Amino acid sequence: MLKGKKVIVFGERDGVPGPAIAVCMKAAGAEVILTVTECFV
Amino acid sequence: MDTEKQTIIKKLVDEMGIQDLVVVIGAADPEVAQVTAETVTFGDPSFAGPLAGVSLRLPVYHILEPEVKKAVPQDVYQEQAGFMELVADTEEIGKRFKEIRNRIQEAEHSA
Amino acid sequence: MSDPVIKACSHVLIHVPSLVRYGSKPSREIDDGMSPVLSAIETHLRSFEEAVTYPPNQVVIGNLHPDHLNDIEKPWYRSPVEGASRYGAYGEIMPEEEFLGLMKLADDFDLMWIGKETAPMLRGSLQTHPFRKDLDSGKIEGGVEMARILERIQNHGSLPLYHRGCVVGCMHRHHDKDDALKAQVLMENLVTKASGALALMHLLKKADIEATDIDLLLNCSEEAVGDRYNRGGGGLAKAIGEMCGCVSATGCDIKAFCVGPLYALMHAVGLVTSGLFKKIVVVGGGSLAKLGMKFKGHLAKDMPILEDVLGGLAFLVTGDDGESPLVRMDSVGKHDIGSGSSQQSIMESLVLKPLDRMGKKITDVDKYAVELQNPEVTAPAGSGNVPLTNYRMIGALAVLRKEIEREEIDRFVLEHGMPGFSPTQGHIPAAVSFLGHAIAAIKRGKMNNAMFVARGSLFLGRMTQLSDGLSFLIEKNPGGRVPNPL
Repeated sequence: MLKGKKVIVFGERDGVPGPAIAVCMKAAGAEVILTVTECFV
Repeated sequence: MDTEKQTIIKKLVDEMGIQDLVVVIGAADPEVAQVTAETVTFGDPSFAGPLAGVSLRLPVYHILEPEVKKAVPQDVYQEQAGFMELVADTEEIGKRFKEIRNRIQEAEHSA
Repeated sequence: MSDPVIKACSHVLIHVPSLVRYGSKPSREIDDGMSPVLSAIETHLRSFEEAVTYPPNQVVIGNLHPDHLNDIEKPWYRSPVEGASRYGAYGEIMPEEEFLGLMKLADDFDLMWIGKETAPMLRGSLQTHPFRKDLDSGKIEGGVEMARILERIQNHGSLPLYHRGCVVGCMHRHHDKDDALKAQVLMENLVTKASGALALMHLLKKADIEATDIDLLLNCSEEAVGDRYNRGGGGLAKAIGEMCGCVSATGCDIKAFCVGPLYALMHAVGLVTSGLFKKIVVVGGGSLAKLGMKFKGHLAKDMPILEDVLGGLAFLVTGDDGESPLVRMDSVGKHDIGSGSSQQSIMESLVLKPLDRMGKKITDVDKYAVELQNPEVTAPAGSGNVPLTNYRMIGALAVLRKEIEREEIDRFVLEHGMPGFSPTQGHIPAAVSFLGHAIAAIKRGKMNNAMFVARGSLFLGRMTQLSDGLSFLIEKNPGGRVPNPL
């Protein structure tokens, strides 16, 4: 499902942070083209 | 989502097209995650930012959905994200994201 | 050597509806001029009385325990607290006219002009304040002709200051080409200095010590005070200390986004323990930029703009006095650079590692203070309930440690957590807004300990993808020790 895909990551500081999602995506064979972490406060 | 991030996404899509592009979201609150997901799929709901009225229809997933979990090596997933399954309402998140993806498909069929 | 103590603290709020327009988000929206934003903002501002009777604000100043919010009907802004007072055990809620006067008293560079018609009113309002003896309200003087003020606004980049819908003065820029000294930035900095000073004045009264006894001030406000060569250079600690007569103290600013207060406290306890300083004040003023940050969500729901208050806090750290709660020196939890971004590993670093070091279980901590933003401010704007998520994370750690069952997370949150009550002022809600309540409850024997866990978003500065965090635990002072003679 993610292999070979280009992924835009929108993480959250108080949820799953961007870099943590990015690690998962790379491990799944996807290419991460943007990693953003949101802070809602 | 602030306008600056919307600008970046719009630029990325304009440059690369939506072919093979996927958005993955990590907000813990279902409502918050939904707003982010809808912004990148159906446009800015506040009708203010660069994505106002722009329907990118990017396939969008939450990192805590079973489809995503299955696609990631389990040891990596457990280390990076698994913990948040205990914290977030994963069922509600799954429901809302499925609904959003269905709406994208419907929009495509009717287009 | 015994652990140091947090001997006293103060928490203040300042109701500044007329400054909401100068919050970062409102001012950007107003500048865009797309819709009649300003009039919508003005019709959704609260009166001073509404701000005082707002339950979360009463919690901040110590008239209501955070747990009481669980019993108050939502929305809280429609459930005013009967018999609410602007003064509380930890500080006060100051009205705008007094604060404008206080800003002028904080102004050492004639940055702020007050109109001739308004100056006597500002002076008069400060003369009824309990701290009137410490405030040299004569410094407000006679004020400036309104024509000169308007000319400055029109031609020289000065920003109008409003009160009750009228222009009452202005704020100047202090260099034609230096963005670090433009009117908006100087206003932010002056607001922080004045609100920090108010918090420090309350602290000195509560602790019943002389300003001259303080030997170090650590400022943890978020503003970047400086000039074009040194943006964020600092100097607020001493500016605030000077305004409050702390003539025997030196000081500096400690910056770490929202975790600033915890870093400042960590430095303070370390420096007291080392013997380098004896009585250290950690002080933080309010954030003008964050006023009205979520106002669009509030307008969309046709509710009052709740981010109409500035915050301020101050803490006094000293050697063991035999009665105040101890800061356990072995309790500091830190988010190491190598901790990574996995939420589990971050929370283990901040909560589990220090608890393991102290031989405590997660459930041994009576109350956790996490990011304590008021959810009534954030949820309507699609920003969720940040304290609840953080409490659930600690609950999830307890599940993994097999201290509780998964089904018990909600109960854990209710017992060991609390509803968020703090305005979204960045460093102000960062766990430490519970310190007043924690110290009081521990001293009264209602609680044995409390852990403070704050998070920071370093990535917002675009220099690293890292986030940050710091934690510490305070606990009941066993007493009976020889109090530190110094």
